[in-house]
Amino acid sequence: MAVDPNINNPFAAVLREQRLELVRKPPRILQVNVGLICDLACRHCHLEAGPQRREIMSPQTMAQTLELVRHTRPEVVDITGGAPELVPGLADFLEALSGLCGRIMLRSNLTALSGADQTRLLDVCVEHRIVLVASFPAVNEGQADAQRGSGVHLRSLEMLRHLNRRGYGQAESGLELNLVANPSGAFLPANQQAQERKFKQDLERRWGIVFNHLYTFANMPLGRFRSWLEKTGNYPAYLTRLQESFNPAALPGLMCRTLVSVAWDGTLFDCDFNQAAGIPLGGEKTHITEITQLPAEGTLIATGEHCFACTAGSGFT
Amino acid sequence: MKPVSQGELPLNNYYEPKDLMNFADIGKDAPELATKFFDYYGSVFAEGELTEREKALIALAVAHTVQCPYCIDAYTRGCLEKGASLAEMTEAVHVVTAIRGGASLVHGMQMRKLAEQLSL
Repeated sequence: MAVDPNINNPFAAVLREQRLELVRKPPRILQVNVGLICDLACRHCHLEAGPQRREIMSPQTMAQTLELVRHTRPEVVDITGGAPELVPGLADFLEALSGLCGRIMLRSNLTALSGADQTRLLDVCVEHRIVLVASFPAVNEGQADAQRGSGVHLRSLEMLRHLNRRGYGQAESGLELNLVANPSGAFLPANQQAQERKFKQDLERRWGIVFNHLYTFANMPLGRFRSWLEKTGNYPAYLTRLQESFNPAALPGLMCRTLVSVAWDGTLFDCDFNQAAGIPLGGEKTHITEITQLPAEGTLIATGEHCFACTAGSGFT
Repeated sequence: MKPVSQGELPLNNYYEPKDLMNFADIGKDAPELATKFFDYYGSVFAEGELTEREKALIALAVAHTVQCPYCIDAYTRGCLEKGASLAEMTEAVHVVTAIRGGASLVHGMQMRKLAEQLSL
């Protein structure tokens, strides 16, 4: 039986107070979370991914996902994790997806993409023009490592240089390399355009690294980051900061309006954050095998307190 | 007049973090001046020839010079949210420390000139 997730949550209450509605537009993106295994255990991770996690997408669920993609033809398939690179069969999955949608994005933490055993995966990415979206929280080594672990910043720089050598991020190569920066603490992200200019300038000047775009996202008060907020006494002030920064103008561009998120076990969600919060698609637990169409325009989106992170400032699009 | 004991004072501490949140109350009894000040303040910190990040770093540095805890609170967060790194913020504080220390030291030239004039 469906449970209305939009009852008793402060985000939904704010929408009601301001007579706003968060409903779906025509679906464009299928986001596929292929597993929670990761070589890192980042302190801001909303899914608490890490080396000890064993949840990975089975070949059967990958096949079911491919079937849905074949049937619904989304514009974009966005592969995320964990570290998707560590999930067996990913290269084959990417090859099978190629041609079924206009754009395939692969989220990478950069460290999991390195090593001789990932050569084929990188070759597949180059061959099929997979868009790489890499975590790179800060130009500052101390802040980056505080979030992601000791030595990760240097290893990330090494991988970015390698990707540049393969053509990623280079003008007219057709190989798009985008970076994602989450704040290294309980504060809001910088303005995306200003931060992109700064990262481009710093990365090129210091290390000769180029990339296409930078996306800045607020940290979700979920999972490991929420535990840290609570442990350090930052939780109430951070939530207040997010709530005070609520920007109704961010609603039309929110990614949940055009995206469906598939979890490693095939369960569907309105977004990856609802996956972490355990709030299923539209509030009703649904498996990928139970649908033949992506949710229609006008369908209500399940929300929770964490949604304030996507509507703070310019929003999470 | 009845003496006021310490416990009855509205100020338990001279600096209260929550006072920063209520800064707008300074407009009570002098709203026109407050409006002019806050409008000016907002314009100063908007992106111009300097970026918002650079302006926040200057403000953080000056906050340390004027030793204003409210400003240090506001611009530590402000710098982080404008994308400044901890290294940049720390360097900014060193810049004002150098100027402040240098300003003291350079006055030593007055001391030396006077002392030399008075000395054999």
